[in-house]
Amino acid sequence: MPQFAGGGSGIAQRTMEILLASLMAAIAGLAIREGLRLGNGWAFDGPEAGYFLFWIGLLLLVASTVNLLRALARPADGRLFASWPRLLLVAQVLIPAALYGAAIFLVGIYAASAALVLWFMRGLGGFSLRQAVPVAAALVLTAFLLFEVWFLVPLPKGPVEHALGF
Amino acid sequence: MSELVALLHGFTIALEPTNLALMVAGIVLGVLIGVLPGLGGANGVAILLPLTFTLEPVSAIILLSCIYWGALFGGAITSILFNIPGEPWSVATTFDGYPMAQQGRAAEALTAAFTSSFIGAFVAILLVTFVSPLVAGFALRFGPAEFFAVMFLAFASFIGFSSGSPFKTMASMMLGFLLAGVGLDTVTGQLRGTFGSTELMRGFHFLVVVIGLFGISEILQSIEEGLAFRGREGRIDLRAVLRTWGEMLRHRAIVLRSALIGCWMGITPAGATPASFMSYGVARRLSHHGAEFGRGRIEGVIAPETAAHAAGTSALLPMLTLGIPGSPTAAVLLGGLIMWGLQPGPMLFVEQKDFVWGLIASMYLGNVVGLAIVLTAVPWFAAILRIPFPIIAAIVLVVCAIGAYTVNNAAFDIVLMLIFGVLGYMMKKLDYPLAPLVLALVLGDRTEQSFRQALLLSEGSFSIFFSNALVSSIMVLGLVLLLWPLFARLRGGERARASA
Repeated sequence: MPQFAGGGSGIAQRTMEILLASLMAAIAGLAIREGLRLGNGWAFDGPEAGYFLFWIGLLLLVASTVNLLRALARPADGRLFASWPRLLLVAQVLIPAALYGAAIFLVGIYAASAALVLWFMRGLGGFSLRQAVPVAAALVLTAFLLFEVWFLVPLPKGPVEHALGF
Repeated sequence: MSELVALLHGFTIALEPTNLALMVAGIVLGVLIGVLPGLGGANGVAILLPLTFTLEPVSAIILLSCIYWGALFGGAITSILFNIPGEPWSVATTFDGYPMAQQGRAAEALTAAFTSSFIGAFVAILLVTFVSPLVAGFALRFGPAEFFAVMFLAFASFIGFSSGSPFKTMASMMLGFLLAGVGLDTVTGQLRGTFGSTELMRGFHFLVVVIGLFGISEILQSIEEGLAFRGREGRIDLRAVLRTWGEMLRHRAIVLRSALIGCWMGITPAGATPASFMSYGVARRLSHHGAEFGRGRIEGVIAPETAAHAAGTSALLPMLTLGIPGSPTAAVLLGGLIMWGLQPGPMLFVEQKDFVWGLIASMYLGNVVGLAIVLTAVPWFAAILRIPFPIIAAIVLVVCAIGAYTVNNAAFDIVLMLIFGVLGYMMKKLDYPLAPLVLALVLGDRTEQSFRQALLLSEGSFSIFFSNALVSSIMVLGLVLLLWPLFARLRGGERARASA
């Protein structure tokens, strides 16, 4: 685990550089394969459907290979992408956000949003439920009036809204 | 003088009560978006775009462009009072703006920032008014080869002007092109890059990508940096305004120079952020007090703010005339044009006169309204940052999710948004620029189309891109820009050897 000058450890910048460059190279590989599948040559109506994908994929492969080699060539200098405590903070937002995304499929956007606000205010902000519930309710009600009533844009709804007759 | 007649006609459109109301609403919303971390010009406009379908296109663009001006103004507030750049282009404003606020000169710094933004924008709008009809007229003669060449030039200039690694810029751009290619190929009707997924058949909508890349990633970054808002009071009285204006008169050379730098960087799609840094750097180098920069010089606020606003505004010139946006936000606006059923490019000036001139007139009015609003309402906007971050983060997340959903009425897009949020967070922290990705995603289809059409005309021969003086000079310029980092490196190497 690389040590940072100021103490504390985390994920090294170099590791993340390598990871992202490899990911992009993999995407480039997929694009090239897809380009070849569709045909990267010449048809009677111009370049085939895979022409652009193939060449763009190739350019991405070149760029990400250079980025990868550069990252590999760099000595492990102890520079951090982010320390563990900071990544923990990010996870505290990212994991609820992912659950929120999943919850929208199950209970609709309104109930999920209310839960998200409650969770953030209780978990991250240390607010009491007495403070958090009105904020969550106000947000959901505003969103409902704005989208369903005013702009007539239907948002995903779940059992709660169906029970209320929407 | 036909421009003036057209512009006057534009004012009659922009001054309609509905449009005037939308203008004020747009500016207020824009400043709000600029102040809130996680919401910026590009994704703020992206979130609101689906709501504008019920409006006339000209009213819709007035609303959205005013949000953009508002966001440009709003970025300065948080930079100066809180040392938190609300927008990437206001990073350079923190260098001298925040020290000024700490010395109790917040009112002066804010007035200087707003006024320079206004002047920068004004110079750029003059440019848009008088130069864009010429460019559009010229571009009417463009064929597919010329259009491809102009796109090539735009993308090459990204690589040529990139401040970081040109290969990272290239990777980001190519990723954008690939994302644009996913979905139904409009020419052959074949599915590309969907790998059997029905959700991917729609392709990656640029709005969803923008909301993730700019919005979600920003929240992740803000929480990681452990936002502690310790702000200064920002009340502006008339005396401070007049005193600052007097002082700014002495720096008029800097204002003008920064405006020109901004206009240039905005038209070539380098954008507002590099423009603000470049202008700050030039001002410091040319100043007699260069060493005092960073400790609260007013020039250090004037230079980046003028350039950022000039660049942000002039970014609309290539968008309107050629259909090539000069900034991520302009790219989102361009996407809006397409979604409203307008064909961006030179024909807009012929077929959609009301739209174009209504927009240009609204740019004059919007910036006057914007200046008045921000000068009077700074304390209220600054108060937003006193709302605890968990509440802001939750609300921004919900707003982003709703924005992503409404693009296609697809809950899957919320998942995509989160994925792009993580990608954007990684890319930002590893110095991959995001603007080329967005631009490539928006322009990908049209770039590919003009490329294919050109090759169809020439029956597959690349010589069409060098077939006349116009297209070959654009291509050569593009190639020079593309290879510029290489030249610069060779020259740097020689110099190092010579001095060794």
